[in-house]
Formats: sequence, structure tokens, C-alpha cells
Amino acid sequence: MTDIQIHIDSKTYPTAASPTITDLKLSLNSNEFICLVGPSGCGKTTLLNIIAGLDNDYDGEILVGRQHTYPKIGYIFQNPRLLPWRTVRENIELVLDGDQSSEVIDNLLEVMQLTPSQHVYPERLSLGMSRRVSILRAFATNPEVLLMDEPFVSLDAPTARQVREQLLKLWQQRPHTVLFVTHDLREAIALADRLIFLSAAPMQVVSEIVVPIARSERHNELAVESFRQQLLENHPEIKQLL
Amino acid sequence: MINLKSFLPTLSLLAFLAIWQGLAVYVNSNTLPTPEVVAKVFWQGCVSGQLPFHLGVTLLRLVVSFAIAMLLGCAIGIVLGRNKKLDAFFDNWLVIFLNVPALVTIILCYVWFGLVESAAILAVVINKLPNVIVTIREGTRALDQDLLDMARCYRFGKRKTLVHVIWPQLHPFVMGATRSGLALIWKIILVVELLGRSNGMGYQLHLFFQLFDVASILAYTIAFVTVIQLIELLILKPLDKKALRWRR
Repeated sequence: MTDIQIHIDSKTYPTAASPTITDLKLSLNSNEFICLVGPSGCGKTTLLNIIAGLDNDYDGEILVGRQHTYPKIGYIFQNPRLLPWRTVRENIELVLDGDQSSEVIDNLLEVMQLTPSQHVYPERLSLGMSRRVSILRAFATNPEVLLMDEPFVSLDAPTARQVREQLLKLWQQRPHTVLFVTHDLREAIALADRLIFLSAAPMQVVSEIVVPIARSERHNELAVESFRQQLLENHPEIKQLL
Repeated sequence: MINLKSFLPTLSLLAFLAIWQGLAVYVNSNTLPTPEVVAKVFWQGCVSGQLPFHLGVTLLRLVVSFAIAMLLGCAIGIVLGRNKKLDAFFDNWLVIFLNVPALVTIILCYVWFGLVESAAILAVVINKLPNVIVTIREGTRALDQDLLDMARCYRFGKRKTLVHVIWPQLHPFVMGATRSGLALIWKIILVVELLGRSNGMGYQLHLFFQLFDVASILAYTIAFVTVIQLIELLILKPLDKKALRWRR
């Protein structure tokens, strides 16, 4: 896996009076789980779209290793964006190059507990299951960076927790560089190696904090909550971003 | 107990035949033959081979002109739906061609290119093409941008995106254009044949009109409508069912 540098000098939408992003620098280390935390509408999705190559109208550069190129990405959108006319398995097969072993898909389906639903069409899946398929599809491509745009939003708390645990299990089995957007600080602490706090538009990095909680303790809600309190006390600038 | 709902189509057909028979007996004229007379003419046409021959010729013209119009129309419709500048350039022309009377196109094609098969096919295609383009263009405009973005992210490429992302979304529009196309094209083909061909259903109907042979007109019409119905039942409906099997 290669380190990825993102430097966006400026991003302004044609209809906007002021820039959405100015002078934003991010450095993504190999296999690091990074959570981007910022207020709604600050430009987090715009940033992910730029990294994904969906938005080319910006000033700046993206470096994968030393090359000016877009990284190979797996994108987990807020809305799962599965093809409704393809079954769960077909949706995953489509993002692969065809010659990849079906064992890879079998294994991923098993980890996400989706084996019994592999021949089902997405319309017949619950929202939680659709999100799991979307996560699985992104992992299947073995991307250089996984982009996740609030993938657990609008899930009820128990389902969100379950999918989050499955995501971590998958990530620990197949480590990838992850850029995870959320505005839920507890969720961010439970998942991330590093937290990056972003300001409202024009979006800039406010602070970066490494989460010191051991991976084995991340399911411990008390540990997560205790760190959250500590964070809010020691970094008052974060409060207004949540 | 007999399911009344499944019996209703047959019942309505029988009622239609009964009313026709009653009227024909009441009028007692060559201008309205009874269903029995029409059936006899139909059978004689089949036995002599005349009806299948002319029906076949018309169907061949239908298949060729329909295929050309659909292929070209889908390609142009997708391009116009995806490219705003090209769409703005051609939009007025589309509206103009949509409103040119079929008869004018047919006459001009025969005048310019002669009374030949290619002119006949061209006239039908020109009449149907704008209709397909407009339908597919609207379908392309309604494509789900989220799914297209997903395809870009996962580097589907143009072919994969067309086959797996765009085409399934266009399916209802293509089927709409197909159904309205079949209905429109076969009516235009009859006029094309009537004006400038020496075979086909249109030519035969013209002949029967001159002979005042209403029974043959009805027999040929019934044959053609039946074929179109069979296309709907045996080809279009199964296609629909297969393409939409993912829906609840």
C-alpha cells in the first residue's frame, strides 16, 4: 500500500460566492483508518468526490506515492448505490475484473454474513444489509483507499453498531487505508486511528488527534465515552464543529 | 368455480363476433360480410399462399425499418440525452421531423429516390426515427446520476456502464418506443406499399378497395393485427418479464 498526499488549494462551486475548500492538506498513511469529523455542509462529501475523481474542477494535486494520479478507490456512499437489477453477488462481481477468484467473494460474503442473501436482488434487502453489501463491494476491489461517506447514517443504533463491528472485522482481516466521514464523534473514536477535525466552509483542518484506545477496547463504550469527554475538555475548538 | 376474470377477454371477443354477425345479417350487404364469410376468405388466402406471401413481405419491411429506426434512434437519443450542446443544436429539427406528415415523407422519398424498396424503407425509418430519439432522450435525461458516479468510481468503462448501468434504466423507454413503434410503423408501411410497391399488405388492400372486396380487406387486416398481437405476447411480454424480474 502506498501513502497518499492530498493538497487542495481551492475548490469553488460555479454558483457559490466563496470557496468550499481552501488550502487543505491531508496525508494518508498506508492501512490507516482516518475519520473526518466536521459540521454538516462543510464540504466533506466534496472532498471525497475530489479524491474519487468524480469532481475535477479544483486547484490542487493528489499524489499516490510520488505519482500525480488518482488512487484506486472503493467508495461507500451514504446511499448504497447498488444496481437494483443485479443480485448481491452480481453487484460485487461487476466491480471486479472478471478473472478474480470467486473464493474472494465467498469469503467476503461470509464475513459480512451475506452468504444466504447472495442471489437476492437489492430491493429485497433491508437498509442495513444493503449497506453491508456496499461495504463488501468496496473491499472486494482491493482499493488503495476506501472512502466512506457516513455509511451508517439513518440506521437504527443496534444495526449501526452491528454493521460497524462487521466493518472493523473486515478491515482487520484486510487492512486498507480508510477515509471515513462522520459527524458522530463516538462513532469516529470507535473506528479511527486518527481523527481529523474540519471547519465549516471554507473547509480547513482544525486539528488532528490520534486515538490512543487499543483496538481490542474499541467495543467498550465506556472507554470511548471517556476519551470523548477528555477530547472535548482538552480541545474546546472541537465542540463547535459537532 | 370458473375464474370469471380470465374468461372476460374471451367473452368480450365472443360478444364482438355476435354483434358483428347480427349487424351483418341485418344490413345484408357486401359492404359488411359476416364473420363466417371473412373466415372463409382468410382460409382461401392462406391455402392459395397469397395472404402469407403479402403478409411476409410487409413483415420483412416492418422488421428491417423497425430495426434501423430503433438502433439509430437509441444511439442518437442516448447521445442527445447526455450532451446538452448537441441536444440544443438538434432540438428544433426533432420537433420539425416529429410533425412532418408521414404522407409527405413517403411522397418525397418516392419522388427523390424512385419507386424502389430502399426508398420505401427510408420513408418508414424517417417517420419513426424522431419518435424513438425523443423517447430515448427523455430516458437518458432521467438516468440516475448516483449510479453513473458509482460506475465511474469503480472504473466500469464505457461498455460496462452502457450494458449494466444505462441500458437497464432505459429498458422501460425502449419498450415504450418499441410498442408505439410497431403500432406506428405497420400503419405507415401500408401507406408506403399502397403508394409505391407492387406487393405487401398495403398493395393488396388497395387492390381490394378498387374491387370493393370488403371481406378480403377484413381478412387481411385481422391476419396482420393477429401477428402484431403475437409479437406482443411471444416476444415483448417475455422480454419485459425477464428484464423486470428484479422488481418486487
